[in-house]
Amino acid sequence: MTPSPSRIRRLAGAALMLLVTSLVIFLLIEAAPGDPAEIMLGTSAQADTLAALRDQLGLDRPLMVRYLAWLGGVVTGNMGQSYTYGVPVAGLIAERMLVTLPLTLMATLLAVGVSVPLGVMAAARQGRAGDGLATVFAQMGIAVPNFWIGLLLILVFALKLGWFPVGGFPGWGDAGWGDAGWGAISALILPAVALAIPQAAVLTRVTRAAVLDVAAEDFIRTARAKGLSRHRALWRHTVPNALLPVVTMLGLQIPFLISGAVLVENVFSLPGIGTLAYQALSQRDLIVVQNVVLLFAAIVLAVNAGTDALYARLDPRLKARQ
Amino acid sequence: MMTIPHRPLAGACLAIILSATAPARAQDADAVTFAQSVEPQGLDPTVSSPVAAGQVTWQNVFEGLVAMDRDGRIVPQLATEWAIADDGLTYTFTLRDGVIFQNGKAFDSATAKFTIERILSETSTNGQKANYTAIADVQAPDPATLILTLSERNADLLYWLGHPAAVMVEPSSAETNGTAPVGTGPFKVDEWRKGDRVIMSAWDGYWGEAPAISRVTARFIGDAQAQAAALQSGQVDIVGDLSAPELFDQFTTDPAFTAVAGAGEMEVVAGMNNDRPPFDDPRVRQALMMAIDRPDLVQVVSAGQGTPIGSHFSPANPFYQDLTALFPYDPEKAKALLAEAGHAEGFSFDFKVPNRDYAQRSAEILQAFFAQVGVTANIQTSDFPAAWIQDVFTDRNYDMTIIGHAEPLDIGIYARDPYYFNYDSPAFRDQMATIAAATSEEERAAGYQAAQDMLARDLPALFLFSYPKLGVWKAGLEGVWENGPVPANDMTDIRWSQ
Repeated sequence: MTPSPSRIRRLAGAALMLLVTSLVIFLLIEAAPGDPAEIMLGTSAQADTLAALRDQLGLDRPLMVRYLAWLGGVVTGNMGQSYTYGVPVAGLIAERMLVTLPLTLMATLLAVGVSVPLGVMAAARQGRAGDGLATVFAQMGIAVPNFWIGLLLILVFALKLGWFPVGGFPGWGDAGWGDAGWGAISALILPAVALAIPQAAVLTRVTRAAVLDVAAEDFIRTARAKGLSRHRALWRHTVPNALLPVVTMLGLQIPFLISGAVLVENVFSLPGIGTLAYQALSQRDLIVVQNVVLLFAAIVLAVNAGTDALYARLDPRLKARQ
Repeated sequence: MMTIPHRPLAGACLAIILSATAPARAQDADAVTFAQSVEPQGLDPTVSSPVAAGQVTWQNVFEGLVAMDRDGRIVPQLATEWAIADDGLTYTFTLRDGVIFQNGKAFDSATAKFTIERILSETSTNGQKANYTAIADVQAPDPATLILTLSERNADLLYWLGHPAAVMVEPSSAETNGTAPVGTGPFKVDEWRKGDRVIMSAWDGYWGEAPAISRVTARFIGDAQAQAAALQSGQVDIVGDLSAPELFDQFTTDPAFTAVAGAGEMEVVAGMNNDRPPFDDPRVRQALMMAIDRPDLVQVVSAGQGTPIGSHFSPANPFYQDLTALFPYDPEKAKALLAEAGHAEGFSFDFKVPNRDYAQRSAEILQAFFAQVGVTANIQTSDFPAAWIQDVFTDRNYDMTIIGHAEPLDIGIYARDPYYFNYDSPAFRDQMATIAAATSEEERAAGYQAAQDMLARDLPALFLFSYPKLGVWKAGLEGVWENGPVPANDMTDIRWSQ
């Protein structure tokens, strides 16, 4: 099957976007103060030791050479070696993804699972107590930062009740499931909740507004006039048509989810990609920072493309237009 | 109306949540978990900065020719004895017999020679290299004898050979020690889950007495709140150095824990750019010292944990002497001295403060104290380590800063050129040379005392307080180091009492 011209155009656009992003990332990180060698060796190190390390890390090469070497490596699947850990960056990122991916996935499922029913319920009971409660939840969820929610959850569910670990991550283990698997999941529950609440709050608001919008449309009135119950009209006609803005918002929320993960992972001392990014940045492990940020950029681009594709599914009119 | 069958769903959720109720971890007499704030970049303390790597592997995995015990004394380890020639230039070590590395290779004088030459090599990335450069030649005449020849006397050499930066490594594993360390110690590293923990277990090939504990886990928890929470929930047994003093009190009154404020090696000092007016005038530095009420400072900054210092040694150092009485808090005298130095109207300067809690808090208190004598400090927060090292340390573009010096026995930094103080004192450099040339322990001690005294009078930095080592561990755990003569989590002597 040959890809359509529009798809090729889009792919080329995404590649160009990534290229520009990579240059911006590289230059920004280079411009930040701090010499990785000095940070790694500590303040007792003398000039010759620093020079030896710079040489070993390849930091003494010219700027453009380092950029091209990095870019060439990324294209051929070699992200380079972490300055600080001394192991391949790709492996480091893959290891950390085993924490961050399930965490963000759980948070997203939780956020959608809570916000869509809540938003629909609020819209269906507009102006009543349920609606009020949902609105209060949405307001608070948006106002309260996720790391603070995290601290609160630790205090109540980990320290007071002892239901979940206070932090850390036991690893998935070799068994994959069983004791190790459950230990790993239970370590992710509180962070996922902390990450999900602000997302859920935003999505609840969007769902409620979208459902109310669609409910006021003529075709819903027609459906009701034909004898459909409120309940059936809501689930058959209103909700499916209200999902479009919800999906848009979900896509827009992904960058916030990633930045939220940086904070939440630090609060729960989870060895995820967010902790890696934070640690690498403070220790000027530049090669790790570059790769992680580029990965974030690629994820955002991919999610945008995915959202576009989902639009077409949800709204056949968009597909017809293409 | 919508009818969502919510009750069975809620019931299922509740069941899941309740099943997550973790039973309080049963005490495992065979295992111990300690936590430290900083994860090392590699597990080999002979490359990069040795502090965090040493906290995990020193004594546990890696051993040196000599070691430092919990009181800071030098004791034999892989060398059973040594002789120092009368001229102080030749050290002859007799090495322990029957020691093998965790990869099965034998430890002998050839491996020791390799280790020391590797520290000194041109491509060495040992952050402490400067402390070993007095070694001019290494000889291994027979497997049990190692001879070091020095180019000049260095009375601190044994001390530095006991430091984590000089642990013995085996040539074939030297390149991979960062991720898969191979030492001669009682524990071997099984797994390093980066960002989270290092898991170690007892190694049955150890030459010495087997440790009482067979499993050791090092956890990396950067946040002090999280450290305290991990202790309380039983996930961690020992926090050797709790990073938030205000959280320490709750453990001192809790019978489930032992909490000891031991002597630590960290001195918090407000370094000044001694090259830059007005800090090039010793009277100004002395006046600023007298403007500070150090006991008050300790009270506010670290909840009373800590000891005011008058020079660059902390009470953990065997040569420490209390010199705080030289320039005690006296704002009137400070103002008079400032007037004498031509600053009757005071002056203002930029105070570059790293974004660390103790530094930020200290800086705010100092700012208030300085204001009392008419001096205005403009606090500028600096990202640590990256931006701070660049501005203060490398470029030396600052007026005053504040930082904790954690390296033990590091008074020599004031003789170093270049160093961020820009302190140029031939007399002090001579004093450091005198110490290095000391032929007896008494002479060395007297030399260090004189050096402290010189700094206490000249004040290249404002000496504020030494940070204690705030150790917290489960009651019933024995053998934890109370003091910190070197940053370490030595688990070789740990046992549960029951």
